[in-house]
Amino acid sequence: MSKDLFDAMRQSVIDGDPDLAAELAQKAIDQGIDPVVALNEGFVPGVNYVGEQFGLGEMFLPELVVAGEAMKAAVATLEPEFAKRGTERQILGKVVIGTIEGDIHEIGKTLVATMLSASGFQVYDLGVDVPIMKFVEKAREVNADIIGISALLTTTMVRQKDVIEALQDNNMATKVMVGGAPVTQSWAKEIGAHGYSEDAVGAVAVAKNLMGLA
Amino acid sequence: MGGTIKAVENPKLSLNMFSPQDVQRLHAATLEVIEQVGIRFPSRRAQEIWASHGAQVDSKTGIVKAPAHLVESALKKAPPVYTLAARDEKQDLPLDGRHVWVGTDGCGVEIIDLYTNERRRSKLQDVEEIARVADALEQVAFHWVALSAQDKPAHTRGLHEIAAVWRNSTKHVQTESIYNVAEAKAAVEMATVVAGSREALRKRPVLSLMQCTAPPLGHDGGSLDAALIGAEAGLPVGFMTMAACLTTGPATLAGNLVVGNAEVVAGTALIQLAYPGAPVFYAAAQTASDLRSGAYTGGGPEDFLFGAANGILADFYNIPISMGAFATGAKEPNWQAGLENSLSTFMASIVVSDMLLGVGFLHGSRIWSFEQMLMDCEIYEIVRRTLAGIEVNHETLALDTIKAVGPGGNFLSQKHTRAHMREIFVPEYLDRRPYNVWEEKKDGPRDWARKKARNLVETHQPDPLDPAVTRELERIIAAEEA
Repeated sequence: MSKDLFDAMRQSVIDGDPDLAAELAQKAIDQGIDPVVALNEGFVPGVNYVGEQFGLGEMFLPELVVAGEAMKAAVATLEPEFAKRGTERQILGKVVIGTIEGDIHEIGKTLVATMLSASGFQVYDLGVDVPIMKFVEKAREVNADIIGISALLTTTMVRQKDVIEALQDNNMATKVMVGGAPVTQSWAKEIGAHGYSEDAVGAVAVAKNLMGLA
Repeated sequence: MGGTIKAVENPKLSLNMFSPQDVQRLHAATLEVIEQVGIRFPSRRAQEIWASHGAQVDSKTGIVKAPAHLVESALKKAPPVYTLAARDEKQDLPLDGRHVWVGTDGCGVEIIDLYTNERRRSKLQDVEEIARVADALEQVAFHWVALSAQDKPAHTRGLHEIAAVWRNSTKHVQTESIYNVAEAKAAVEMATVVAGSREALRKRPVLSLMQCTAPPLGHDGGSLDAALIGAEAGLPVGFMTMAACLTTGPATLAGNLVVGNAEVVAGTALIQLAYPGAPVFYAAAQTASDLRSGAYTGGGPEDFLFGAANGILADFYNIPISMGAFATGAKEPNWQAGLENSLSTFMASIVVSDMLLGVGFLHGSRIWSFEQMLMDCEIYEIVRRTLAGIEVNHETLALDTIKAVGPGGNFLSQKHTRAHMREIFVPEYLDRRPYNVWEEKKDGPRDWARKKARNLVETHQPDPLDPAVTRELERIIAAEEA
């Protein structure tokens, strides 16, 4: 009986159907299924399947994104049940992410946020035009492991460095990942960022690496 | 005096891509999007202009919904023809729907160093050297700021860049790197100095401004304000959409055109509402995102189709276009670069895109390569000659010569041959040598291009800017830096 439910959960992620994923998550709660089990037996295999197919070149980025959104919907539905049972969802790490002050370019940052969240990170997306201290304050508030800073302009890219300096001034050891079209490996290195990736899929590997997971 | 400039002129070849109904449907869909979905204009000034003309403005979200008639009547005020002025009048570029002018691409962040062959971060000196080489090349008609002067402060970088180009070239400058009020005002002041006066600048704009939109369906506030300042001074301004299938636009090409078109059309209408009759241009570099990474690709069949489609839309609105061609995704000048840049340039040129961007980049407009720049010029030269087509008349039919030679002879010693042989293309960067010569030397087009670029960097002397003008430009930049 649970197997049918788990299969449906897996499929809802593969099909990228957030409404159905949430509905199935609720069903699991109603049936008294442990949310940890629902997640690990039902939804995660779906994400893994999509990841594998993506690696094989059989599925593409939009499918990865909708799978991530279905996963997010499932987690959001299960979240109160975790709290009720006094357990916690296992996460790979906490990431605060945003596009730097003066820059409104959103798509790359949002893609990275979605990929990270689909891969099991807890993501706090601050949006665009994010002031330097807001990165720092949010990271402190949620005890973030990683801050991700996006910039599309060479003139705003320089502020990625300001975030790193502000973290140092505040004696915080939060790791920093940077990205965006003008950002390069050498720039990341120069400003003392801990990670850099040119695309969203690569960013997940970098984040896992920073968490000592890869 | 500056050199001559070669343009595609009145191509004999043509493209039949859309029916008139197709274009009408794209236009109607665009107006529907602007009216019902709206376009984000995150600038108080832009919102005020829209509101004063009766558009629906949500000041909280910045989204403007404008009725079709308002947009259409505004667009009708845009001049269909005008001239981009150069420091050297002989290098002025008429945007008259009959020419394709090529610029340098921009704005990248790294360069393959001409001497060490290493990739490194860009600086002001690179902007100067690229401008100097572009000044010397007959195929390059105008400049974009090719690289970001990252050794200059962020808030005046755009000013250092245009001054550097003016110091090193007599050709028109179109900057894509000025996108805030302070820099735009200073840039207008600088252009005024170069042109001589405010009135002279209005008549002969030596500077034009290109602003990127923020797809989907949005603009950047600083860019809007900068464009309005430029338009007020009579500088040609344009909005460039880079809406890309899958990410910032729909997966379908027509849908992506609608998104991009809505951004450009709404931005252009805003300029016409504020300054009716101001010179404006359409600008686009649409493409499909890569299915795996989501990255902007700058190549592939979708890219080539957009290269022509955006030009057709600009023609429909009867305004010039600054079109993104070239810009290969290749990491070095290679097979991919040749393929992508040839086809994108061909497609954008056959529809007579007035301004074509641009020569010199690798890795999707991020890494400058002088080798690629020179080979791109050759690609353009080949496209230019291809589009000239085949002229059929008494002289070109060569009947007298054919009769004189008859069966079995050859045409080498004919007077007609000598009269016309220089019309035949002689490549600089195609290897047509005997195999054994290549085998012995193992060199090729990249080596020849590098050699020529070094030679131009070291020897080409552009007509210098009047020292008084140079000093005045420096003063303006210094005042901004203070």
